[in-house]
Amino acid sequence: MSAPSPLLEVNDLRVAFTTEDGVVHAVDGVSYAVSQGRTLGIVGESGSGKTVTSLTTMGLTRGRNTRVSGQILFEGKDLLTLSADALREIRGNDIAMIFQDPLSSLHPFYKVGAQLSETILAHRKSSKAAARDRAIELLQLVGIPDPHRRVDQYPHEFSGGMRQRAMIAMALANEPKLLIADEPTTALDVTVQAQILSLIADLQSRLGMAVIIITHDLGVVAEIADDIAVMYAGRIVECAPARRLFANPEHPYTWGLLESIPRLEASRDRELVPISGRPPSLINRPGGCFFHPRCPYRLEDHKRIDPWLEPLPSDPDHKVACLLSPRVRGEIWRGLRAGTPPEELRAALVESERQPGAAARVGASGPSEAAT
Amino acid sequence: MSVIADAKGGEKLIEVRNLVKHFPITSGILIQRQIGAVKAVDDVSFDVIRGETFGIVGETGCGKSTTARLLVRLLDPTSGEILFEGEDIGRRKGKTLKALRREMQMVFQDPYSSLNPRKTVGSIIADPFVIHGMYKGEGERKRRVQELMDRVGLNPEHYNRYPHEFSGGQRQRIGVARAIALEPKLLVADEPVSALDVSIQAQVLNLLRGLQREMGLTLIFIAHDLSVVRHMCDRVAVMYLGKIVELAPSDALYGFPRHPYTGALLSSVPVPDPVAGKRERQLLSGDVPSPANPPAACRFHTRCPKAQAICSEEEPPLDDKHGGTLAACHFPLSEEEVKLRLPVALMATKP
Repeated sequence: MSAPSPLLEVNDLRVAFTTEDGVVHAVDGVSYAVSQGRTLGIVGESGSGKTVTSLTTMGLTRGRNTRVSGQILFEGKDLLTLSADALREIRGNDIAMIFQDPLSSLHPFYKVGAQLSETILAHRKSSKAAARDRAIELLQLVGIPDPHRRVDQYPHEFSGGMRQRAMIAMALANEPKLLIADEPTTALDVTVQAQILSLIADLQSRLGMAVIIITHDLGVVAEIADDIAVMYAGRIVECAPARRLFANPEHPYTWGLLESIPRLEASRDRELVPISGRPPSLINRPGGCFFHPRCPYRLEDHKRIDPWLEPLPSDPDHKVACLLSPRVRGEIWRGLRAGTPPEELRAALVESERQPGAAARVGASGPSEAAT
Repeated sequence: MSVIADAKGGEKLIEVRNLVKHFPITSGILIQRQIGAVKAVDDVSFDVIRGETFGIVGETGCGKSTTARLLVRLLDPTSGEILFEGEDIGRRKGKTLKALRREMQMVFQDPYSSLNPRKTVGSIIADPFVIHGMYKGEGERKRRVQELMDRVGLNPEHYNRYPHEFSGGQRQRIGVARAIALEPKLLVADEPVSALDVSIQAQVLNLLRGLQREMGLTLIFIAHDLSVVRHMCDRVAVMYLGKIVELAPSDALYGFPRHPYTGALLSSVPVPDPVAGKRERQLLSGDVPSPANPPAACRFHTRCPKAQAICSEEEPPLDDKHGGTLAACHFPLSEEEVKLRLPVALMATKP
């Protein structure tokens, strides 16, 4: 079965900003692809490069202090080599973006309807009246009650959830093929978040767009994404179809994220296992694996060797950048799930490294030690 | 008020009775007339037991932060009583209010704006000692501050550094150190982790939990994140438009919510598990009504999937619905409804 060629393909994207303090390597060799009708979730903390990746796709990081390399192929065209005018044709038309903070992304002096019409008129030959009708239709589409009245209101008259709906309406104005949603629900309450997520999913199935959703919330991607990429310090450290990522996470950072959030379905007595330390500076990045200063399972080699994002032998769709062997990783994850503290698993790992051939003990000794 | 009493029967540290806070809305420039009021907290009663963690959850604008600020007397109540160890503190002023501050402290949401950028960490944490005239000797005070820094997981050698040299998580630790400096009986944490990165949140949550165990603190924990509240709290109050709609022990509230609003909140929480998280969502339509002009009778009836005529006519009392769970509802959720919409809730109660 030959897969259809993806709508958006990012190949080895690198973005660096020159600042007074030094060069910030915001994105460092990121590759991913999204096909029509699919949803890609990009998860990471602040400063992991997830937003810069998508801003670069939209051509919003171009500047004197920016160095960009790699390829961003949208329907076969490399967006990085397009002129500003050609890119403007695509931006807001074929690719649209929803930003995190709807209040600062809407212009406070203009009516919501006028801002919607502007998006339409920028790309379509249409009369002002027709654009206004389309604006009303869009507000209706995103579930804003009483759109005929709302279209003539200012952003401050909208609630937070309605502003985000208006932003989504604006993004959908020209029926984009790709929608990039950057933390679309972070500023919202859970009940409104649930409304917005189901709205995005519903619109996607009706309009057949590809969606990239960027968030720090693993719950949100689990709800909505088909594929998930986990970013850390400007790189993708793990990517896989959503179900497989949650069933068998392979990277210690992914484990850390999963173990450090309280979960509704887990026992209340379960201690949270925080990831020690904090994200590295993107100016002076650590040598070797970027995660090694915070990784409980680092070995001496990991401080020197830089891991590649490689597919698992058992599952070519599941890629991970980790120097531990797949078997050891599987044992550690099973140990973590059984409630073994990372220190014990680490001790077992170090022990097994010292005596080659005894690696199998990593998982075997973990849970039993926890029981004593 | 007997139903408000706690099932565990522990000693009450705080008793809140019919607490009300209305913020006036005025019009006019020279002569200001009151034309209305934002009913931020409207007739709220609950108890906090010594040594427990009491959680308050709700959406933006439900009055949870106002309640917290009333408890530590950063705001003056419009009416109602706040009894701290049996004494009404709602009208305290001057010296007696200052003495009260030694007993109750607060950790704020934003670790960036709640620390003075011009002061060193040492002097920020020492401030409570200066205000209350404790540890007057220079060396003694410094030693005490460094003990506190060590206790919250900061390097005591960073005594002379400024807040900007610390990360968000570390700043929140500074805020916690300052709050526990006077060894208060009550610590109020208002959204202490919502400004932090995911991987850092657990560090601060574990710190608060550990301190509570060691110091026997009573903790009031306010957050909008339901999973975090469940993890931290023994008992939880759910607020909607200035009222408590449900109050129950954590396991009961999350395992078998009775108020439809609690059900809707829980149903909205995204579950980081694509397989187990599948369920029939109970989505609330619309937005929270304005607290300046809340709906009559049951305030939730405009958005409630179970609302009937009586809900807009008669306000339901907050009373016992099921084994110690207090809920203010005429038509509480049935077991069937919980099962259908909240498989996660039932998973949580499984042994």
